[in-house]
Amino acid sequence: MKVVIMGCGRVGARLAVLLEADGHTVTVLDNDAYSFRRLPPDFGGTALLGNGLDEEVLKRADMEEADAFLVVTQGDNRNIMAAQIAKHIFNVPRVICRIYDPLRQELYQTLGLEAISPTTVFAQLLKEKLEG
Amino acid sequence: MYIVVVGGGRVGYYLAEALLDEGHEVLIVEKESRICATINEEMGSVCIHGDGCETATLAEVGTGRADMFVAVTGDDEDNLVACQVAKHKFSVPRIIARIRNPKNKTLFKKLGVDVTVSSTDIILESIEQEVPTHPLTHLLTIRDRGLEIVDIKIPPGSITVGKSIQELVLPPESVLSLIIRKASSPIVPTTNTVLQAEDQVIAVTTPESEEALRMVLRGN
Repeated sequence: MKVVIMGCGRVGARLAVLLEADGHTVTVLDNDAYSFRRLPPDFGGTALLGNGLDEEVLKRADMEEADAFLVVTQGDNRNIMAAQIAKHIFNVPRVICRIYDPLRQELYQTLGLEAISPTTVFAQLLKEKLEG
Repeated sequence: MYIVVVGGGRVGYYLAEALLDEGHEVLIVEKESRICATINEEMGSVCIHGDGCETATLAEVGTGRADMFVAVTGDDEDNLVACQVAKHKFSVPRIIARIRNPKNKTLFKKLGVDVTVSSTDIILESIEQEVPTHPLTHLLTIRDRGLEIVDIKIPPGSITVGKSIQELVLPPESVLSLIIRKASSPIVPTTNTVLQAEDQVIAVTTPESEEALRMVLRGN
């Protein structure tokens, strides 16, 4: 699969490495070149510097050909907007984004975005750990 | 009318002031408490400290009974999300967003934010009008019909000088509505009207035909 990841933070970089190890073609996008230090030296995918909310940058990331777009920047709203650009402008078949705010995650889920709230998931996980 | 404004920066501040002057009920939602305090000091209690993208904050300010919702923060993504929350959670009938990147207009429209205001576009249009050599100036956009009114100047020495309107092959959905000529009153062009150098042609066209129309009229 051709996968574009927006946000090269801890999650983004880790995800890129995992997907590349599985044989996918990976492009990681970040607007801060310093973030790419998180990628290992032998990373075989593409690291692209640019703002993922700019259609021109997304075209350079080959979004027209992408099978999946994963959005994991720090900002909920940035993620929401980027995911909607991917879905509605580039018609990427699979778009998944991270939304920290559970209420916002619920809203966008009902609007048809595939969104995960780490807040909800992690709270649930801790609760289950505690209660066995 | 009850109007909720998200973003208390320069745009939000003066917008709220103007709307209050017109007698509307206005509430500003601002993320930064410092800015919020200044506004409340200067305008009375019209600003709530909070995140305008959060359902809880918008519920608190009574967005459900708002007649209009305007998002004017400096970030397009924040304005988009605030508008979508207002539309889908609170069914506000009229929603307006400020956009910084003019290219986002199409996206916002697709996502249900019908009215966008781009300061970049507005400044660009004003500058275009001030540049005398600019071949085509946008005067007005008729949003719901996808039409625009433009101003095209006929340069001296153009091959279209001396031609009549009927000799020109205009692109689809383009109509020449007025010719403004030096030392003459404005003319409503007919098929027999002959173009002169320095004529200013006011025409209706579509964004798609705009370039073709410019070529037909200026002959380059």
